[in-house]
Amino acid sequence: MKAFVRNFRASFGPDMGGPMVALVAVLLIFGLAADNFLSMATFGSVAFQLPELGLLTLAMLLPLLTGGINLSITFAANLSGLAAAWVWQTHGGVDAPTSAFLFACLAALGTGAATGALTGVAIAYTRAHPILVTLSMMIFLRGLGEFLTRGGDISGFPSYVGLIGHGSIFGLPVPLLIFLVCVATWHVLLTRSKLGFGLLMIGSNLEAAHYSGLNTRKIVVLVYTLSGIMCAIAGIIMLARFNSVRVGHGESYLLITVLAAFLGGINPFGGFGRVLPVFVALIVLQLLSSGLNLMGANQHLATALWGVLMIVVMAARTLASNSHIFRRKKA
Amino acid sequence: MAGVSPLLSLKNINVTFGGVRALKGVSFEVNPGEVHCLAGENGCGKSTLIKVITGVYRPQLGAQFTFDGKLIATMTPNLAQSLGIQVIWQDLALFGEMSVAENISFQLAVKGKYGLVDKRAIEEAARKALARLGVSLDLHLPLKELPIAQRQIVAIARALVGEARLVFMDEPTASLTQSEADYLIGIVRNLSDSGVAVVFVSHRLAEVLEISHRITVLRDGSMVGVYPVEGMTQSRVTELMTGRNFDSAVIAADHVDAPVVLSVRNLTRDGEFSNVSFDIRQGETLGITGLLGAGRTELALTLFGMRRPHSGEIIVEGQRVSFASNRDAIRAGIAYLSEDRLSLGLNQPQSIADNLVMASLDRILVGGLISSRRKAEVVSRWISELAVKIGKPHDPIRTLSGGNQQRVAIAKWLAIGPKILILDAPTVGVDVGARAGIFEIVRKLAAEGLSIVIISDEPPEVYFNADRVVHMADGCFKSVYDPRQISLTELESAVYA
Amino acid sequence: MRRLIQSKPTELTLLAVTVLLCLGLSVGTDRFLTIANAFDVLNVSAVNIIFAVGLLVVLISGGIDISFAVAASVVQYVTVLALLTLGGGNWAVGFIIAGCVGMGLGLINAFLIYRLQIISIVATISTFNVFFGLLMFVTKGVSIYNLPDWLATRFVFFEHEMADGSWIELTLPVVVMILCCIATSFMISRTTTGRKLYAFGDNPEGARRFGINIAAMHYVSFGWLGLMAGIAGLMQAHYAQEVVPNALYGRELDVLAATVLGGARLGGGKGSVLGCVLGVLLVSITQNGLNLMGVSPFAFKMIVGAIILAAITLSSTRFDKLLPKALQNSVRKGNHRS
Repeated sequence: MKAFVRNFRASFGPDMGGPMVALVAVLLIFGLAADNFLSMATFGSVAFQLPELGLLTLAMLLPLLTGGINLSITFAANLSGLAAAWVWQTHGGVDAPTSAFLFACLAALGTGAATGALTGVAIAYTRAHPILVTLSMMIFLRGLGEFLTRGGDISGFPSYVGLIGHGSIFGLPVPLLIFLVCVATWHVLLTRSKLGFGLLMIGSNLEAAHYSGLNTRKIVVLVYTLSGIMCAIAGIIMLARFNSVRVGHGESYLLITVLAAFLGGINPFGGFGRVLPVFVALIVLQLLSSGLNLMGANQHLATALWGVLMIVVMAARTLASNSHIFRRKKA
Repeated sequence: MAGVSPLLSLKNINVTFGGVRALKGVSFEVNPGEVHCLAGENGCGKSTLIKVITGVYRPQLGAQFTFDGKLIATMTPNLAQSLGIQVIWQDLALFGEMSVAENISFQLAVKGKYGLVDKRAIEEAARKALARLGVSLDLHLPLKELPIAQRQIVAIARALVGEARLVFMDEPTASLTQSEADYLIGIVRNLSDSGVAVVFVSHRLAEVLEISHRITVLRDGSMVGVYPVEGMTQSRVTELMTGRNFDSAVIAADHVDAPVVLSVRNLTRDGEFSNVSFDIRQGETLGITGLLGAGRTELALTLFGMRRPHSGEIIVEGQRVSFASNRDAIRAGIAYLSEDRLSLGLNQPQSIADNLVMASLDRILVGGLISSRRKAEVVSRWISELAVKIGKPHDPIRTLSGGNQQRVAIAKWLAIGPKILILDAPTVGVDVGARAGIFEIVRKLAAEGLSIVIISDEPPEVYFNADRVVHMADGCFKSVYDPRQISLTELESAVYA
Repeated sequence: MRRLIQSKPTELTLLAVTVLLCLGLSVGTDRFLTIANAFDVLNVSAVNIIFAVGLLVVLISGGIDISFAVAASVVQYVTVLALLTLGGGNWAVGFIIAGCVGMGLGLINAFLIYRLQIISIVATISTFNVFFGLLMFVTKGVSIYNLPDWLATRFVFFEHEMADGSWIELTLPVVVMILCCIATSFMISRTTTGRKLYAFGDNPEGARRFGINIAAMHYVSFGWLGLMAGIAGLMQAHYAQEVVPNALYGRELDVLAATVLGGARLGGGKGSVLGCVLGVLLVSITQNGLNLMGVSPFAFKMIVGAIILAAITLSSTRFDKLLPKALQNSVRKGNHRS
């Protein structure tokens, strides 16, 4: 058993244990409780629902790793969606040509990047607590979005937009493919790039990173800009899935993204964390809600259970680190 | 002090943590009104002993503990406080947002009648305590407004409010300038004169020898002995602490033929240092010594590009440079080892490997991405070159000893291939026994042609390891010495004058 | 005076900004500077101020809580259901039930944070989801409109018709809010428990060495916030004359922003009731003023957001520099430990 644990840690990393155990537990419990759980239908629904929460979680991930947080992700996604919608509307709405697609995406990505960059500059140059800066940014973006839309929906997009939201390539939903590409990008960014290295160093000690010659301000600005760009991608996917933009879409995902990241072993103080365990944690959360759905419960019960799962995992970590076997290992 | 019955007496103290014996049959005695020094390297058991005396840790069976002639069966933190045993921790354990009065009378502030705060009693007690120390401070000021030396005073006053009879002071002068330290030592004398016993833990041996009556030396959890301070010398204490004898010899040499690597001309930062000029040649080691607050670290940070000079020139290999940030300085080949290894020099929670490559990432990139193979090569190369004792490169660096951490910190800078290495207080938090190893590395680097600046507030460190020694005071270069032409005593008397 | 400036710089700045804002609005609109309007602002802000002073206590002790607003929704629902089962009840019973349920929910947070050592933001985000998910699941999102009569009837302590025909009303939520402010202020600055909370938030390790009961600090601070959240929930139900399960969803972040605007520090050890009240009022007055100036309601939140963003970034720039370096380090270390 001990040898197994050691091998597992060696090949997947120590932070993979919690999410994997949760994954197996969820599969076992629902597999036994609902006989139609282990079916293509379940995995189909997970595959379609995962990307929205997943992309927003990726947007949350980088700031969390620097020891910060980005509370404005959902409204940044909405606002980016609005920018794309505006491009399509000005190019003829439903009849907009395919060429407008590129401009719409660029407008969305640009908006996301701009909100992120503004947040990053505020955090890097004033040293205000990221919770506060992004919280007030959230309030501002929500207000801006509601002001622009007068609280209503924007809809009427060309039909190819629906393909992004609902189409499949080789049997895999397009949103899932986009999400997988983003996961891979973030994985490479964190493990192999200078920026990834720098942001983890900043997460555990910004001053020490600065003294070692890392450009900490640039890193912070880039981190929040990338977070904003990821929000924009999420915003486009949401627009395509609902075939409309509404300020407040996905608002309830905000704290779930933090929960998913912590569930995936991200250090709450920053500096340590990987993408893969977070990816597994996201699958667990989505399976949990799909499974409950199958059994006739609604999303709200799933939300509650997500919270319970989080508490159980964190409590198990505490107990494990306090127990005798693990303590000797640490020392 | 024969005939006086001791205030505190411990016999046969044994403490074991997870199979490791932290204290082995230690005895310890303090007389009333005595200033007693507890000396030893890091990890020798000093803090464990303090925690036993204050009831945080329990010793094993067979220990004998008497205070004021009475046998104490079990010591607890509360009993220790009610007996008047007070500890002034190294980090002071003060509360920055609370007022000076509340900090001094902390016990009153949190233990009032009916759970209510009695402001008048708090201020009264604080005023009395300060008066006993002969100090006056604004009682209403938030503590964070005070300079560090006055915070020390507040911590001592707090001990007095607790009716102290025995005060432990853990490295009280570590962050003080010389005049502040002198002032503090005066206050310790006052305390001792008024009958309060003080146990002093300090790395500054000169100051220990100045104020203590007796010294208890610990090594590896065992008692080395108790010695009266008369006739003690710093080198004798060092020998007792480490169990080794350090022979030192001046290594200064001339480098007149080597090219000048760094020239500084009339460098000035208002209020920090002024008109600093010097040259360093290839392979030369310049020592800068002086008291805390002389402007040494500020000068180093300016050379490292982290502060802008107000006037003057920095010339690297004949090129006049102007640094916008430390990244420019690093590019120009200047490396700076911070005096604060714990929070600035190294990223303590992160791995040894990551710390080592932190400054030289560009050298391990392949196609824009970090190559784990090249990273591993760089790490293993420097680990073996500087003989760093580590477990695995992925272990957090905080698991290493101070000496090994400092080797990694030096390796981090060597990995960028610097021309000039500035070492600011390179032996702080490094055991006496491991210091020699650090300087061995420094000498080897100098021999290989690196130009080195050593900054230290301990004159012997620069005297024995530099080619030239600068005495810095009040932001100016007072004088430059050749260690071959003056004695260490002459240098020390110049610095401490 | 110098002492006042030193000890309460944030509060004074905020007061000055509020006064300036009021002056501007009085000149800009003729209806702003009326007593009736002032009472309006108070009535609107009462519930948020009650939340804010509760949150203040948790922030002072170095914690953070995201779950209190949805906890208040749970309290509303449970209290009203209990009252209806009891056959109506009265104000006393209402306050007792709401207070106890709220405190109970707060204590759950404290238990998770202290006993299970889950850091406060993680623990309260989890309980946020648990509370809200369960509430929506159990109630199926259905609102309650048939409140007991005493709860749904406006309770006015004092009213007076002004010469211009407008009414001044001192309503129950405002009176309760004032009582909550006084009680919180007394607790944090006059009792030893309150001073311990400050000390613990300021320097947790130092507090531990002085034998301060760490468990008690967690239970007191989160229990107090729970109590305040319970009371605020009841007041919100009274004010809105209905119980809507997701009415308070999202309120936590607005209250957090206002509280921090009022000088409370994330990380602990700092903050005052006066600052809290001013923080909430500044936001309310801005909204009220914009309303009176005829600005589109859709633009309100944007402008308020921009003001908070500016205020927080500006104040951080300044105060960070005021803090001595050694203390910044010790604060940072303290955060990591808690």
